[in-house]
Amino acid sequence: MATPVRNTLLVTPERLGVLLLLIVAYGVIPVIGTGYLFDAILTPFLALSLAAVGLNILTGYAGQVSLGSAAFLAVGAFAAFNFNLRVPGLPFVVSIVLAGLTAAAIGIVFGLPSLRLRGFYLAVSTLAAQFFVQWALTKFSWFSNDNPSGVIDAPPLTLAGFAFTGPIGRYLFSLTIVVVITFAVTRLIRSQTGRNFVAVRDHETAARVIGVPVLGTKLVAFGISSFIIGVAGVLWAFAYLRTVETGGFNIDRSFQILFIIIIGGLASLRGAFLGAAFIVVFPLILSRTGAALFGGVFDSGVLEMSQRIGIGALIILFLILEPRGLSALVDRVWDWVRPRRAAALGGATPRSFFIRKLQPKGRT
Amino acid sequence: MPGASALRQRPDAVLTPRDATAALKAAIGTGVRAQDPSASTAATPVLAIEHVSLAFGGVTALADINLDVWPGEIHAVIGPNGAGKSSLLNVVTGLYQPDRGRVRHGGRPFAHVPTARLARLGVARTFQNLSLFKGLTVLDNIVMGLSAEVRSSFLGQIFGVPAAAREERRHRAAAGEIVEFLHLTEVADRTAGGLPYGIQKRVELGRALVAKPKLLLLDEPMAGMTLTEKRELTGFIRTARDTYGTSIVLIEHDIGVVMGLSDRVAVLDYGRKIADGTPDEVQADQAVIDAYLGVAHDVDVGGGI
Amino acid sequence: MFDYQFFLEVLIGGLLSGIMYSLVALGFVLIYKTSGVLNFAQGSMLLFAALTFVSLVERGVPFWGAFAATLGVMVLLGVAVERTILRPLVNQPPITLFMATLGLSYVIEGVAQLLWGTQVHGLDLGIEDSPFEVYGVLISQFDLFAAAVAGSLVAAFSLFFRYTRIGLAFRAVADDQYAALAVGLRLPRVWAIVWTAAGVVALVAGLLWGARLGVQFSLSLVVLKALPVLVLGGFDSIAGAIVGGLLIGAIEKLSEVYIGPYFGGGIEGWAAYVVALGFLLIRPAGLFGQKLVERA
Repeated sequence: MATPVRNTLLVTPERLGVLLLLIVAYGVIPVIGTGYLFDAILTPFLALSLAAVGLNILTGYAGQVSLGSAAFLAVGAFAAFNFNLRVPGLPFVVSIVLAGLTAAAIGIVFGLPSLRLRGFYLAVSTLAAQFFVQWALTKFSWFSNDNPSGVIDAPPLTLAGFAFTGPIGRYLFSLTIVVVITFAVTRLIRSQTGRNFVAVRDHETAARVIGVPVLGTKLVAFGISSFIIGVAGVLWAFAYLRTVETGGFNIDRSFQILFIIIIGGLASLRGAFLGAAFIVVFPLILSRTGAALFGGVFDSGVLEMSQRIGIGALIILFLILEPRGLSALVDRVWDWVRPRRAAALGGATPRSFFIRKLQPKGRT
Repeated sequence: MPGASALRQRPDAVLTPRDATAALKAAIGTGVRAQDPSASTAATPVLAIEHVSLAFGGVTALADINLDVWPGEIHAVIGPNGAGKSSLLNVVTGLYQPDRGRVRHGGRPFAHVPTARLARLGVARTFQNLSLFKGLTVLDNIVMGLSAEVRSSFLGQIFGVPAAAREERRHRAAAGEIVEFLHLTEVADRTAGGLPYGIQKRVELGRALVAKPKLLLLDEPMAGMTLTEKRELTGFIRTARDTYGTSIVLIEHDIGVVMGLSDRVAVLDYGRKIADGTPDEVQADQAVIDAYLGVAHDVDVGGGI
Repeated sequence: MFDYQFFLEVLIGGLLSGIMYSLVALGFVLIYKTSGVLNFAQGSMLLFAALTFVSLVERGVPFWGAFAATLGVMVLLGVAVERTILRPLVNQPPITLFMATLGLSYVIEGVAQLLWGTQVHGLDLGIEDSPFEVYGVLISQFDLFAAAVAGSLVAAFSLFFRYTRIGLAFRAVADDQYAALAVGLRLPRVWAIVWTAAGVVALVAGLLWGARLGVQFSLSLVVLKALPVLVLGGFDSIAGAIVGGLLIGAIEKLSEVYIGPYFGGGIEGWAAYVVALGFLLIRPAGLFGQKLVERA
């Protein structure tokens, strides 16, 4: 009895690569990295990557457009703060989990319209989440513990009594959370639930006919996605900014995360990280190049505008030239380096088709 | 097992029904899947459409349609474009709600068929405009055909709980057998979206077959295929019926295929059923000739099977 | 005793500001009707138009000269967008085009502020924002003027779509692009015209909004208010844009004044969305939108 050829090797190039990355991330970087590297680049990169992973599940894999992801970052951050503050003796990790669950619950509520809405209409409803949550967190001072300035200092990150302070500590804490969650997500994507997401995205009617629980699938997508984004929000506020405030959780942030997954590649875990790396590094490169080329004229205002133009132009360019983002570009480079792999697979690798060219009808 | 080895030696060869049946039996075993307790007996049609009428605005799509499909029967539905054939399938699968009439699945009557329960009722269908999940691989697409039988939760799946893992293995194995049956082994791990149209159609058929349905609804499965592909597909359809006892409702424009494959043929015109009988009876029917078949040289004979 | 006068004032104020929303929504509808693209960049086009106009005026260019020049720039912008963005993406699903316009909005905002600076500019259209009384109810003169301008523009476009050949062509393209192609309509030209028309609408809207709020970056966020309007009125209906705008404007103002105090104010930020959301759940196609009959 023959089963289709599957790669059953324990050690594949991809797994080796991930292992190597982890060794470098845990073993090498903490030794050679500077405080600046951790605080300004790596920690925000990790938080944004996690948020992008979360959004990718909802928008990339399940096809439900969300423009309100920043709201869930905020929910996560404020929920973690409040749980940590108001429940004495609660381990910090539990606060994080509870914060994620809170974000998941709110995500499911705002995801209910997805039962009847699609595309733009759903996007509008996610915007409702964005504005409402931002307003509620600012308006009701209970959330910020009645702090007059509305800006709270985040408490330190602790695990089993051990405090992760300092740039390296916060980096390692974030890294571990991101690794754990990402690993869980890889399992999710390969499971029936992950297949359900893609099915609902690609042909909802057919999914319904074969017995996929469409409503349940959408709500699970909203829930899991919001949970992950909520945890990312905790990292963003506690590990990176070290303050909890509503300011950075506005619509621009929502767009930023959406841009990350577009540039990185929709429905691609790797893309979430590539996109986040790009978004974090791009302004730095831009400011260095700009200062080098234009000297004093290139002030912060010009930098900000150039950044806007650059990101916008790149979005358009990616959508036109390589809709599957950096992740697909990486694949292309890899195939060029290792042509045998491409030939064996006939040139098509299992990547998702969220943005798909119309297939010509009839014979190909 | 002669059939099975023939398969392995000449994977591109056209299967004779005997080869195919032998190979399939060797791989899977026979038998119709476990039935619903209120299941059909030999005297109950698998599908009964009773006085179904449907209109969109001022346009009549279906007018008082009555149709029976018996277990193990291949029943074709033909007619000019716009005659209501796809609408009929949509009513049978609950995507449209008829203005009047009922649909019985295995004897159970429905005024509006619950689409979400179709799989449990043992009904599967393919769509006229491909309904594949283009982002999934061929194997994953076919595994999806068993979605209705999934019992594990997403948490169970993530944590690799034994029950979930077993279920996944079982489903992948079943899908693997269908993949082999349909000659899709070469492309099993390829993303469905990038494959040639003919192969995609086969994958869609595989997704419908994996759940061993009692009733299979095929909406123009041969559209856009070459002669060879049509012959192969016809072979697969016949074998599925012979091996599983699946009843098949087939919408198709290639008259040669229809007449060669079907036990009975129903003819629709402007939403009305104008004939229903054996291929010979229908071909000789004057009303059918006037409405659809016309004079011999106008008909798309397609080479027959 | 319920203060009817006050209620009327708030209501009328809301209706009038609603017309301004309609104007922004109109730009959306024009483009969506003819190309199925939801142009998120409409708001930044508004900002760009307003900034260009104001900067020219500040440099001494007379009112109508600046108006004409800005109009020309918007036309060029429309043509450029059609050629560089729409054409390459012509077969992509709507969500791709939406994201492309999102990127476009960032580019336009960046360019606008890079060229003309980021300070706030005042814009004086010569109409005073002084109230006058009608039966004891105070109405803002400016609001009335804005409503009149917006109203006539909307009316003009309605007539245009219904009674002219080009309008007919637009509707044909909106209905079925392939069929329109088949009968010989030149799609790129139609789209270039449409985007230009949207640019004109953006200019008028930009001037009105700029006069009211001052010309600054937050103008581009007005686009976000247009979305609930579109939801209520349907994405492809001009009449819907009017009615939707009026409703949203009125509901926003009324809820802010009467319900707001219970929450400490600020409801205006999200009231429109929640209303739109509630509405969507009852009637997904909007008040006037076409209910798509999906052939399964």
